[in-house]
Amino acid sequence: MSLEANSMPRRGFTERILRRGPLEAIATTIIAIGVVMLMQPFFLTLYSWSFATTLFGTVMFTIVSKVRE
Amino acid sequence: MNDLSALSRIMSEAVPIQPGVTRRIRGLSDKALAWLFITPTIVLLLAINIFPLVWTIYLSFTNYRANRANAPTIWLGTDWYQSILTNPDIWAAMQVTAHFVIWTVLIETVLGFCLAFLIDKKFRGHGMWTTIILLPMMLSPAVVGNFWTFLYQPQIGLFNYVVAFFTGRSASSFQMLGDVTLSPWAIVIVDAWMWTPYVMLICLAGLRSIPDYIYEAAEVDRASKWRQFWSITLPMALPFIMLAVLFRGIENFKMFDMVNLLTGGGPGSTTEVASITLKRAAFESWRTGYSSAFAVILFVTVFGLANIYVKALNRVKSR
Repeated sequence: MSLEANSMPRRGFTERILRRGPLEAIATTIIAIGVVMLMQPFFLTLYSWSFATTLFGTVMFTIVSKVRE
Repeated sequence: MNDLSALSRIMSEAVPIQPGVTRRIRGLSDKALAWLFITPTIVLLLAINIFPLVWTIYLSFTNYRANRANAPTIWLGTDWYQSILTNPDIWAAMQVTAHFVIWTVLIETVLGFCLAFLIDKKFRGHGMWTTIILLPMMLSPAVVGNFWTFLYQPQIGLFNYVVAFFTGRSASSFQMLGDVTLSPWAIVIVDAWMWTPYVMLICLAGLRSIPDYIYEAAEVDRASKWRQFWSITLPMALPFIMLAVLFRGIENFKMFDMVNLLTGGGPGSTTEVASITLKRAAFESWRTGYSSAFAVILFVTVFGLANIYVKALNRVKSR
């Protein structure tokens, strides 16, 4: 049994990351960061870059949601 | 026998299809028929959703003004976007929106979950109480806006009298809608009053989806009620709570009608949420290109949040 378990092919780093789940999680985090940047009251610079961040996250989410699971 | 006679009656009363019509329909493939049925919907969708969106994106790069439609349109590139994203007034409107969104979502989630937890206990008359609690969300925002404007009247408003009764202050000594400090809270109270029942409904669905055998197993393990709440109830209801938070967050981010009716963005600009600023730029200053760029920024934000919402929804569905 242990031999069978050891003979399972180990997935590489890129295979583990470049899947829909983790990529969607990254895109979701970027969108959330963009929304926080848009509404935070501390730095005007962050507000200025909020739209670009949210847009990037949204486009990324739209693309990665088509990636195989 | 009865079935057979009914069948023969239906067959005799059926309207015969003309042979020509049958041939024409039979001549179409399944794919062509499918296109025939969905084409009107697609055309309508393109006309009232997609075209205005594309047109708005185009206008956001121009100096177009709706009140001077015949004036030549000049391509400005991303000038409006740069102007909006460096404007301290728009930034202030975003902070007003953030105040409104954060406090309403927080209050509605806490109260909604507590109410759901109580209603889930199935006490005597819980059905009647559920109906009573749900009443505010069934009202139109226009009705709620007018209704609360009267309630907030310093002279005749019931709200001021209730606050005066509990605090000992004079009822006419404060104005909920006219005071710079109180007006942002006035709209938070109204939104919480109206939409807490909605959050309660979603949380109730979450609580009812928890199987009883998990609690029975916890009872066997002598877990206290407090431990059951933190280890079973809250984690299992959390996806539903997240769903409610996201939904209310998106809705309140684009809140317009109730704020417009209650304060109109005033006093000054203390309750001027993003949608009110957008309306003023579009229909009072007639800066159509500028307001289109602002609308695109808000749209991308809501679209991004909606993606997160759909992801959360799928997670709840997969349970």
